[in-house]
Parts: sequence; C-alpha cells; structure tokens
Amino acid sequence: MTDIFIISPILIHMITAVLCMALWKKVTAIRLMSFAGSSLGLWYSIGLFRKTWDSGILTMQAGNWPAPFGITFVSDTFSSLMVLLTAIAAWTIGLYSLVAIRKSRVRFGYYSIFHFLIMGLSGAFLTGDIFNLYVWFEIVIISSFVLMTLGGQREQMEGAIKYVAMNMLASVFFLTAIGILYGITGSLNMADLSIKVAAIENRSLVNISALLFFIGFGIKSAVFPLYYWLPSSYHTPPSATAAIFGALLTKVGVYAMFRTVSLIFVPDDFMKSLLVFTAVMTMITGALGALNQKGMRRIYSYLLVCHIGYFMAGLGMFTQLALTGALFYIVHDIIVKSNLFLVNGIIYRVRGTTDITLLGGFQKQYPNLSLVFALVFLSLVGIPPLSGFWPKINLISEAMLANSYILTGALLLASFVTLMVIMKIWKEVFWKTPAEALNPEANTFRTLSKAKKLILVGPVVLLLMISLYIGLFAENIYLVAERIAGEMLNTEYYIKAVLQQ
Amino acid sequence: MEILLIVLIGLFYAAGIYLMFRRSLVRLLLGLLLLGNGVNLLIFLMGNIAKGKPPIIPEHSNVFTQAYADPVPQSLILTAIVISFGLQSFAIVLLKRVYLLTGTDDLDTLNPLHEKNL
Repeated sequence: MTDIFIISPILIHMITAVLCMALWKKVTAIRLMSFAGSSLGLWYSIGLFRKTWDSGILTMQAGNWPAPFGITFVSDTFSSLMVLLTAIAAWTIGLYSLVAIRKSRVRFGYYSIFHFLIMGLSGAFLTGDIFNLYVWFEIVIISSFVLMTLGGQREQMEGAIKYVAMNMLASVFFLTAIGILYGITGSLNMADLSIKVAAIENRSLVNISALLFFIGFGIKSAVFPLYYWLPSSYHTPPSATAAIFGALLTKVGVYAMFRTVSLIFVPDDFMKSLLVFTAVMTMITGALGALNQKGMRRIYSYLLVCHIGYFMAGLGMFTQLALTGALFYIVHDIIVKSNLFLVNGIIYRVRGTTDITLLGGFQKQYPNLSLVFALVFLSLVGIPPLSGFWPKINLISEAMLANSYILTGALLLASFVTLMVIMKIWKEVFWKTPAEALNPEANTFRTLSKAKKLILVGPVVLLLMISLYIGLFAENIYLVAERIAGEMLNTEYYIKAVLQQ
Repeated sequence: MEILLIVLIGLFYAAGIYLMFRRSLVRLLLGLLLLGNGVNLLIFLMGNIAKGKPPIIPEHSNVFTQAYADPVPQSLILTAIVISFGLQSFAIVLLKRVYLLTGTDDLDTLNPLHEKNL
C-alpha cells in the first residue's frame, strides 16, 4: 500500500476532476467537490512530504515492472516539496475560485480542468521517467490551454495564440531531445540515464541533447531569449487562473531543468556559463520590462520573468550554497507569486481596472486590506526578515565568492528594480488621490456578502501567513533546501533508490 | 533507408521552422504539424531500424543475442502521435475562433493594446 501512497496526490486530483465532470452543470456540487478534493490532496501531500522527509527516497514501480524497464515514480525531498507547494497553491487558489470564478465558467468545466492541471503538475514532479515527464507536461499544457481560453474573449484568444504556439514548440524540442537521448543510451529512466550518459564518449551528441532540453524547458520556464510569450499572455485569463499559472507553470519548467541538469547532464564549464549568462539576461530584461508597464498584471508578469533569473543563477553556479539559495527561492516564489495575482484580483473587484494610472486611494478606502497587501509586497521584495530576503543572501554571497561580479550586479539590480516597481505600485494604487471620482457602481467587492468577502480575502491571508512563516522561521526551510541541494550534488542515493541496487 | 529518413527528417524540421517564421497563423500551425511529424520520425530512426527481427529472447538464453527491432520507440511515437493529435485539434479550433473574433490571421495585428481584466 505504500506504493499507491506516492501517487496519491495524482490519483486524488484525477478522481476529483472526473467527478467534477460527472456533476456537469450543478455548480454548487462541483464547487464543494473541488474543495473536498483539494483538501484531501493537501492532506496527502503533507503526508507524502513528511514520510519522504523521515524515511528518505520512496519509489514505486508502475505495473511492477522493475526499473529501468518500467515507469518509476520517485518521491525524493525535492519532488515531495514541489508536490506539497503545488497542493498548498491549489488549495488556496481553489478556495479563492469559489467566489472569484463566475458560474458560467464553472459550467464549462473550470474545476475539472483545474484539477487535471494539478494532477499533471503532481505527476511531473513525481515521475522518474523522462518520457513520462513529457506526457505529464502535455497534460499540464493542454489543461492550461483550456483554462487560458475559457471564456473566449478577444484578449484571451490573442494571448492564447502566443501561449499555445510557444508551448507546442517547447514540447517539440523536448521530444526531439528525448529521441536523441534514447538513441544514444537506449534508456528512459532518469536514474539509469544518469549512469549511462556519464559513460558515453561522444560528448557532442550528449551536449546537443542537453541544449535541446535547455531550449524546451527554457521556453516553459520563461528564460531570457524565450520568455516573450509570458508577458503577452498572462494578463488575459481571470486572476485565479493567472495565479496558478504564475505560481506553478513556470516552476515546473524550472523543476525539470534542475532535475535534468543535476541528474543527467551534470554541467560542464560551458553549460554553467550558459546558465549564468541566461540568468543575468533574464534578470536584466525582466526588470527593465517591469519598469515600463502600466497594467498591474503585466508588471507581475515581467517580475515573474525577472525572478526566474534567480533560479538559473543558482543552477548555473551549481554549488551547495547557491543551489540551497535557489531552492529556498522556489519555496518563497510559489507562495508569494500566487498571492500577488490573488491580491490583484481583489483590487480589480474593488475598482474594475488594474491599470495603475487609473487607480488610487486604496489605502484610504480599505486600510486593513491595504496592510495585508503591504506585507505581501514586502515579502516579494525581501525586506528582512520577510521571506524574499534569506535566499538572496546565499545567491549573492556565492556569486561574490565565484568572482562573477556581473552576476552579483544583476542579482542586486533585479532585487532593487523589484523594490522600485513595488514602490511605484504602492504609490500609484494605494496612496495617490485617484484622478477621477470613484464610481461606487464599479465596486463589486462591496456588495458581496460577508462570507464571500472572507473567501476572497482568506486565501490571501493564509498565503501571507505561510510566507511570514518562511521568513520568520527561515532555518526550517533552509534545512529542507540544504538537504535537496545535497541530494542534487550527490545523486547516488537517488540512483540506488530507483534501481534498487 | 536510414539515409532517406535522415533527409526526410531534415526536410520536415527545416520546412516546419521556416513556416513558423511566417506571420500567418495557418502557416504557424502547419509548421508545428511538420515539426511534430519530424520528431516522430526522428525517434523511429534513433531506435535502430531492424527488419524482421522481433524482440523475442530465444528459449535457451536470458538476454538478446542479436540485433532486434526495438519496440519502445514505436510505443513512444504512438503516445506522441495521440498527444499531438489532441493538441493540434485544439490549436485548429483556437485559430478558427481567433479568426472569427479578429477577422485576421496576421500575427502582427494581434496585439492587445490595453489590459482588460476578467
């Protein structure tokens, strides 16, 4: 039975999605079912993380085919942490969607697609087979296509075209890389590949395959030359959808990159400098893009791109401390980025727009809410002792120690610009006197019942609590990140656990 | 046979990427279709083409003693074909919808000017 336990987050979300489909147009029943499913998923994800933390790497051979012949599901600390973060984000965003997502969208299957998306994400984190990872990626992207286009408004469609085209292209690159890798090794199991790739003499083919993986995952995780689809599509779907996309969809690309780089293509000097170069460019271009935007969600999209640079920097340096910093940053980033988009959704409800030039005076109108939002923003910026601060220490000190001053400069610039942009948002949205008199008709938040208001604000507060925990009890998260970084640098435990030697 | 396939894969990739560089949405889609087919052929080729050699281990041994037709690439291709079928049909419907809403299939005219939150 311990075997099934590993894939329980996948199974729970799959069953929930199917049941939501079966309930078809009964909106209340679907909402309740979805909430129950996410809660159960969260419970089992916590269980999985604790069990993995206590007893080390868990594996499951699908259909009892011994590795490396069958598909293996592996839950090491990294996978189970990502599954846990996915479940937290899914639970809070699912709760927020109860009110935020209109009935018409629920009737057209918002919740079942939402759960299929979470299922795909959990699967991608738990699989130990490279082709299976491809399949989970496809489940993720097709669900995200539907979520992105659900509603069918013109802006959404225009954003979706770029999103769909780039993601399909990324899949093609990914599949090409798998094809070449299979051709040179004859294996698909990641642990087995780790051994076989290291033994191959024809390094040029290995490097070609590595670069194709890099392009495929790079498009998905939105790194420097490949990110432009993200800011032109993430501002179109509803806030709840944007939150799940912003929090998790780029991170699954980052996860896949960390996994393949640490396990299969242990980076040589060229790969390291390529990763550091993309990190620097991603941070600089993302930061400059964020400075230039007027819509709040467009600003967030560029910040999202900008902060992907931190992960790439950690991966590019590939030392224990740098990886610990990058992994800590993933934990912080998933929680804070989903919260940002939820905050944005509430501001839109109050004002009917998220263009910062049209907004203003929010603090006067809702002083208590503004305090909550202020803490969210400060966590993102990383004012000590809030959550964004701790991982940056590691990254910056490692960059200094490696004498790469350009990288240090870019890291500092990225966090400085984040501060500047957030200050601009704060000044424009919360302090400025609005240019036009407020139209009370536009405030759809005011007319909501108390329970509904609580459901909208509750997730924001919960996520804020988690990021406060990350900031104030940073040593706990640091321990987790440190252990994952250790597992990445010494892969023999992973390989032994999977191949059961 | 291998040479023929290699040339064909190269053509598929080149034509696919060329078509993706065009501004027209239909060409973009056709480019993606061609690339998808190119990948499938590539996997087929990478799995060693062997004719009339089923992957059955002889009775008196535990391992394969000679070259055999690898069944794994074929199942990979089958999976990839099914997935790309789903994705491509979605993309076709999306293009049709975009064309109905905007009246254009030129990527340059598809730039939303202002943010609208839903």
